[in-house]
Amino acid sequence: MSDSDAELKRLRWRCRRGTRELDQLFGWWLDERHAAASAELRRGFAGLLEQQDPEIWDWLLGRGVPTDAEQAAVIDEIRTRHRV
Amino acid sequence: MSAYKIQEHEYDMIVVGAGGSGLRATFGLAAKGLKTVCITKVFPTRSHTVAAQGGISAALGNMGEDDWRYHYYDTIKGSDWLGDQDAIEYMCKEAPAAIIELEHYGLPFSRTEEGKIYQRPFGGMTTKYGEGPPAQRTCAAADRTGHAMLHTLYQQSLAHDAQFMIEYFALDLIWDEEGVCRGVLALDMAEGTLHLFRGHGVVLATGGYGRAFFSATSAHTCTGDGGGLVLRSGLALQDMEFVQFHPTGIYGAGCLITEGVRGEGGILRNSSGERFMERYAPHYKDLASRDVVSRSMTIEIREGRGVGEHHDHLLLDLTHLGPEVIHEKLPGIAESARIFANVDVTRQPIPVLPTVHYNMGGIPTNYHGEVVQRVGGNPDHVVPGLYAIGEAACVSVHGGNRLGSNSLLDLVVFGRAVANRCAETIKPGALHKQLPASACDKALANLDKLRNSNGSSPTAEIRLNMQRTMQADAAVFRTAKTLTEGCEKMAKVFSSFEDVKVSDRSLVWNSDLIETYELQNLLYNAVATINSAEQRKESRGAHAREDFPERDDENWQKHTLVKVDESGKSSFDFRPVHMFTLTDEVAVVPPAKRVY
Repeated sequence: MSDSDAELKRLRWRCRRGTRELDQLFGWWLDERHAAASAELRRGFAGLLEQQDPEIWDWLLGRGVPTDAEQAAVIDEIRTRHRV
Repeated sequence: MSAYKIQEHEYDMIVVGAGGSGLRATFGLAAKGLKTVCITKVFPTRSHTVAAQGGISAALGNMGEDDWRYHYYDTIKGSDWLGDQDAIEYMCKEAPAAIIELEHYGLPFSRTEEGKIYQRPFGGMTTKYGEGPPAQRTCAAADRTGHAMLHTLYQQSLAHDAQFMIEYFALDLIWDEEGVCRGVLALDMAEGTLHLFRGHGVVLATGGYGRAFFSATSAHTCTGDGGGLVLRSGLALQDMEFVQFHPTGIYGAGCLITEGVRGEGGILRNSSGERFMERYAPHYKDLASRDVVSRSMTIEIREGRGVGEHHDHLLLDLTHLGPEVIHEKLPGIAESARIFANVDVTRQPIPVLPTVHYNMGGIPTNYHGEVVQRVGGNPDHVVPGLYAIGEAACVSVHGGNRLGSNSLLDLVVFGRAVANRCAETIKPGALHKQLPASACDKALANLDKLRNSNGSSPTAEIRLNMQRTMQADAAVFRTAKTLTEGCEKMAKVFSSFEDVKVSDRSLVWNSDLIETYELQNLLYNAVATINSAEQRKESRGAHAREDFPERDDENWQKHTLVKVDESGKSSFDFRPVHMFTLTDEVAVVPPAKRVY
């Protein structure tokens, strides 16, 4: 198994969140966007996975934005996809 | 079985799960001087407790007259007289102290202007034994109560030197020849290594099994692992037929649309646009209680008036409310509906379906959190070394139906109780008895079998079959015919697990393997649930039988005990409901009709 395989599998497990809502939104990004994403976006995604669920949810609803620009870019992608 | 290398660790106590109850137990045990490890498959603050926004009940009386005895009465009535009254007395009496403790540990409760903990009203919470005005009994930390609780308890656990094994998955319980639970075999998911945690007690705090159903508000992680471990150990679970549904989960996604939407004037409609709740509850209509609305919706769907390609859901209409009301009074709803149903709520209705929300049933315990079983004539035989708390357990304080804000209370009161009990019964640093050489054989055989499974059905396919079967035949609408058919279908799904295919053969971050273990646990829980529902021939709390519409106290005021063997066959026994109290501070509440 290559390191990148293990890393992807690790990210997949970390997409297990405390709420059903975040499970689905992070799962979507990993399935649909990760493969083609830039290094910056991948870093942003990995960083977001370390954040607290209620913070992430607020960002997704547009109540505030993450201070980290790379994380904010991933939030933007999810929001744009759902036209929120 | 020598192919697997196992690292051994010795502790006084092992806690499995790091949600609210697991963390409260971990912290309490460590604070009592017991060397404690908490094993958890996800990071503690990402446990499903984080989704509990509503609050935690306790008769503090900060907002007007209240008394723990009123809370006790409400909880018994809410349970539809299936709750054990000694345990309910314990929970409601201990509640104020448990809340004050949380406050001292730094949980940021919302406050009144005078600086007291603010308390809000919640369904089913009343004063003066149901005769007085609604009680304001529910404490909250804004809309983040569960999250704040997890943080507070995790910090306290670390401060008391509890150990955490994070992203470790509990494979099986380890027993000795005398039937004493001696530990847990776990997989370190990051390293792919096996670890045997030896302890004088194992506390299962693994949460519910909502994911056994197609539509559930639960996170992916709610897979009933504790119930699975217990059933696979040959022990019985209790009252598994009692599953609480929320009427308005978003179709397909399961995400919750809060009751507040109907409170603000949202209307449920069927395929012809009819406001069907007018027929079922002419007075309260869409605002009737959760179980009534869920049942009415299910009948509409079964009679062919559902919407969508499969006619299998209904519509929640907010379009008449106007964008101002929606955005001002229902923050977040428009966004949730946009994200998870792709609808603009100002112009389109939200597709909804009654959705699994909470499992009242679980691992039977007494009010100390000790696991109990019926052995011969003794219905309260304590299983040495094994404890259960939180949604994984059935104490039983919720009986046939849980009241809102009693679940967070259950977590902290019984997490605390188990720590107090173990402090009395277990000596820190006591020597561990030698385990028989074969102690891990069964667990390793299961591991070996699952990770080398090379059948024709992927894990996800069997899981979907289980979820669809449970949703169709073990959900809100229950009759002998649907349940009998459902039991047969579930038996087939259970058997199909013999033909499961796991593609990833590695042990490092093998989510394929972990999900297969989780599916095994879910299947045991699912079979226990649908067979328990089939055999209970009455309606009580969340268990509503169309063919037995009345509660039958004479024959059925008793707890169901269900075992599931390796072939998926269920067997039943019963325990009496505890119609006695711990002290004379409160009287037994005799059964009465549950009317609100």
